[in-house]
Amino acid sequence: MQLLTSSVGRKVLMAITGQLMVLFVIVHMLGNSSIFIPGGINAYAEHLHALPPLVWGFRLVMLASVAIHILFGVQLSLENRVANAETYAVKNLKRATLGSQSMLYTGLLLLAFILYHLLQFTIRATPDIVAGVDAQGRFDVFAMVTNSFSHGIIAFVYIAAMVVLFLHLSHGIQSFFQTMGWNNNKTLPVIGKIGTVAAVVLLLGYASIPLFIVSGILKG
Amino acid sequence: MSHDKTMTLTLHVWRQKGPKDPGKFETYEAKDVSPDQSFLEMLDEVNEDLIKAGKDPIAFDHDCREGICGMCSQVINGAPHGGMDRTTVCQLHMRMFKDGDTIYIEPWRARAFPIVKDLVVDRGALDQIIQAGGYTSAHTGGIADGNAILVPKDDADYAMDAAECIGCGACVAGCPNGSAMLFTSAKVSQLAVLPQGQAEAARRVCAMTEELKAQGFGNCTNHYECQASCPKGIDVKFIAKLNREYLKALCK
Repeated sequence: MQLLTSSVGRKVLMAITGQLMVLFVIVHMLGNSSIFIPGGINAYAEHLHALPPLVWGFRLVMLASVAIHILFGVQLSLENRVANAETYAVKNLKRATLGSQSMLYTGLLLLAFILYHLLQFTIRATPDIVAGVDAQGRFDVFAMVTNSFSHGIIAFVYIAAMVVLFLHLSHGIQSFFQTMGWNNNKTLPVIGKIGTVAAVVLLLGYASIPLFIVSGILKG
Repeated sequence: MSHDKTMTLTLHVWRQKGPKDPGKFETYEAKDVSPDQSFLEMLDEVNEDLIKAGKDPIAFDHDCREGICGMCSQVINGAPHGGMDRTTVCQLHMRMFKDGDTIYIEPWRARAFPIVKDLVVDRGALDQIIQAGGYTSAHTGGIADGNAILVPKDDADYAMDAAECIGCGACVAGCPNGSAMLFTSAKVSQLAVLPQGQAEAARRVCAMTEELKAQGFGNCTNHYECQASCPKGIDVKFIAKLNREYLKALCK
């Protein structure tokens, strides 16, 4: 299969799996935002988990995407390192960005965060978790999240991870369009800006929750 | 013209006796440099002094000195061809520098471009990519009549923009991944848009990208340093075009 071994083929697979994860991250942020509506996030979680095929379908697609994205990401990065082993005494990069140069590192940091995040709010195995029920007998997601994020260090780690996500997506979103060939010299700057704006919106959307909790605006 | 104002520059030049030699920087002083000299003329004078002193002159590639042949290949202060927009080393003039400047001069660095000597690298890997498919198969015979095959003006312009590539390898030298994707994409795009090249477009894009990998070039991760390094301003839109051609080829 040329798609799995070639330079462009593997890049296309990384672009598609990356973009599936971006779509997930957008949906996840919209879901999280229900925390700002009284009782919203508990109702959202209740409805979501009443649909196991949807939840598990999502999880399987995400698991496959994460696996493919990381496998090819690491493989291509290692190849690139061999191809450009000797570096220059003086470096003068013009177009490469912090985001584009740190994709491997931000990617691996995000993997570590995803594992921690799943352990925390999905498996609920971290010591900060408060697992109770609300007045309507639903699992109290609101109390769990507000309690965890009231710890400054947990809020900080979460926000730091979102900054890493921003860096990764500031390159990743626009890169997807280039890799799929949906780009030319007129669309490139526009897509670049849209990618950065989308990454900023996601950063603000996610980081606002721990910020509102840790600052005491959103109380448990 | 300010012929009277000459400069003195400190040069740190990569010296390497041969492919196996580890190589190192040597420091030279370039005196009485005229701002109207080209960068290569400045090096010519440094070399004359080296020869007079009984030392080995700095080896560097050059040919037309008109900015069209693609032979000159030096990374100057971290930028291929010195980093001036659409300028080869031979067309880089010393007026871009100031008296007392320190200049680092290095060869193209990439695994696919082994160093021959000093600033000279072997760019034969690019020829191998062309041999893998950067042509159209045609039975030789009488010369075809001009305009026998009509090409829409937009397509002809697009092909000409891609054909501006002089194959110097600056895209590889500037790429943080040592990839030759811009070079390859210029050739793939030029031929894919013309009727003469369309018949073999699918085979070509697969063969050329496979050869790129086989020659030890890295993979493109969309840093776009290649376009910034290119003395002919080849656009990364051609890499998007190559990706499109590749996806079309996979469906065949």
